[in-house]
Amino acid sequence: MTGRWSWFNISSVVFGFAFLYLPIVLLVIYSFNESRLVTVWAGFSTKWYGELFRDQSMLNAAWVTLRVGLLSATVATVLGTLAAVSLVRISRFRGRTLFTGMVYAPLVMPDVITGLSLLLLFVSINFDRGFWTVTLAHITFSLCFVAVVVQSRLVTFDLSLEEAAQDLGCTPFQAFMKVTLPVILPAVVSGWMLAFTLSLDDLVIASFTSGPGATTLPMKIYSQVRLGVTPKINAVCTILIALVTTGVLIASIMNKRRAMLDARAAREMS
Amino acid sequence: MLRAISNRLVILIPYVWLLFFFLLPFLIVLRIALSDLEYGAPPYTPQFSYTDSWAVIWDKLSQFDFENFTFLFSDSLYINSYLSSLQIAFVSMILTLLIGFPLAYGMARAPLGLRPTLLMLVILPFWTSFLIRVYAWIGILKQEGLLNQLLLWLGVIDTPLEILSTNKAVYIGIVYSYLPFMVLPIYSTLEKMDESLVEAARDLGCTQIAAFWKITARLAVPGILAGCLLVFIPAVGEFVIPDLLGGSGTLMIGKTLWIEFFNNSDWTVASAIATVLLVVLVVPIVWFQNAQARATETGK
Repeated sequence: MTGRWSWFNISSVVFGFAFLYLPIVLLVIYSFNESRLVTVWAGFSTKWYGELFRDQSMLNAAWVTLRVGLLSATVATVLGTLAAVSLVRISRFRGRTLFTGMVYAPLVMPDVITGLSLLLLFVSINFDRGFWTVTLAHITFSLCFVAVVVQSRLVTFDLSLEEAAQDLGCTPFQAFMKVTLPVILPAVVSGWMLAFTLSLDDLVIASFTSGPGATTLPMKIYSQVRLGVTPKINAVCTILIALVTTGVLIASIMNKRRAMLDARAAREMS
Repeated sequence: MLRAISNRLVILIPYVWLLFFFLLPFLIVLRIALSDLEYGAPPYTPQFSYTDSWAVIWDKLSQFDFENFTFLFSDSLYINSYLSSLQIAFVSMILTLLIGFPLAYGMARAPLGLRPTLLMLVILPFWTSFLIRVYAWIGILKQEGLLNQLLLWLGVIDTPLEILSTNKAVYIGIVYSYLPFMVLPIYSTLEKMDESLVEAARDLGCTQIAAFWKITARLAVPGILAGCLLVFIPAVGEFVIPDLLGGSGTLMIGKTLWIEFFNNSDWTVASAIATVLLVVLVVPIVWFQNAQARATETGK
């Protein structure tokens, strides 16, 4: 779509972004507030960050979250990529409709249903709740997001390239690793990042499936928020926002550089 | 031959995973929804055990009790929770569309060089934690919060508005959290749209507004539909937003389920609530799946 960028368009964009960003900006600003009250500004201070790093239970929760996130994102990326490959490449197999349904349904499934159903599964097979149950639950819902992200890239991939590699003596696995994977890698990487942030973010499913000793950071934040808003929570939130923002920005810059290098290589070849 | 085996493995691994961790749990929810409540761990007496033969299962099936379901429909709390969830999700969806469409439209008409940045700016909040974004609103909407301070200072109001702990705060929270889900699909349909169609309509005598309704809005329908479903379905089962921003009067089924499960430890009723919620949502979910599958097919 092209056309004139009217004042109406500009103001709706500005209004939309102000709405999206103002609450986050305010949250970050008030994490540097001297006062214990989050709504009264009493001068700049970083004391809440100091207090945060002395809070052992908060640090433990952060450590649990980090391990769950890294492990579940990695497994979900492998499984999600396999699911995407089956959806795109293999147009007919028994139970394909069921499979498609199971891949797309978790994208919109309310967390309370997913959480409750997984908990009941773990209870009925007598699996002790804790680190592993949260990780398994996170793998399950994030693998579907990975599948969708990878799938959208895979549909544009020219299958004959992989066939050529196989004609030249590659096994299907080698052909996939050497030809297809490098092409879909940006999608796989963003799928991993998405899975990681989804895991970092999840409160409801973790609350259902977690057990003693496996309190994740969102669970910790939630229990403190229920007691009241404090600048310390603002400080944790600010750190998380900073981490995620940096990660996303680095990834997008790397993507852009890659695209530029590809374009240059294509120019030199022609 | 090798290809056939590897193909089978590629499907089998995620397939079995999803069968075990996604489909089987739903069957267990159903089983427990049909069980009786018992005090102990786990707090229910199952109607089936995994070692039952078919004959035994059939025998038990014939004497099923839908006690938990009849209980749900006899207590107005549950029915009201479902209805009020649907209503809150629907109103929020419309509000999200009203803010999201102009934003997506404005983005699609922005200068080409600016669009990747704008897109990035919509996606970025989506990556930041949901819980954090909901939490951010508490400080703004509180009685002595920033919004009231601003409005009092401007002289717009004399007494602070009561927004937090009411349904208004829940609407704001849902619209805010789900806005990117509405903007992204609409933007991607509008971006691909051929502007010359609108020009042709103008040339043929349409006013600007008529051309917008007849061409732009019509062509954006798939994006609008996808966006609405992406907002509506999860919003119906939302727990965090009504719990943190809503008040005691805010009835939403996700919150009711949570309370049944965590506060009352009534697993059987919680399972029955989940089952009914799934039945309520199955039509929009299947609709969404079909739309997704169609979009991928045309993407090929």
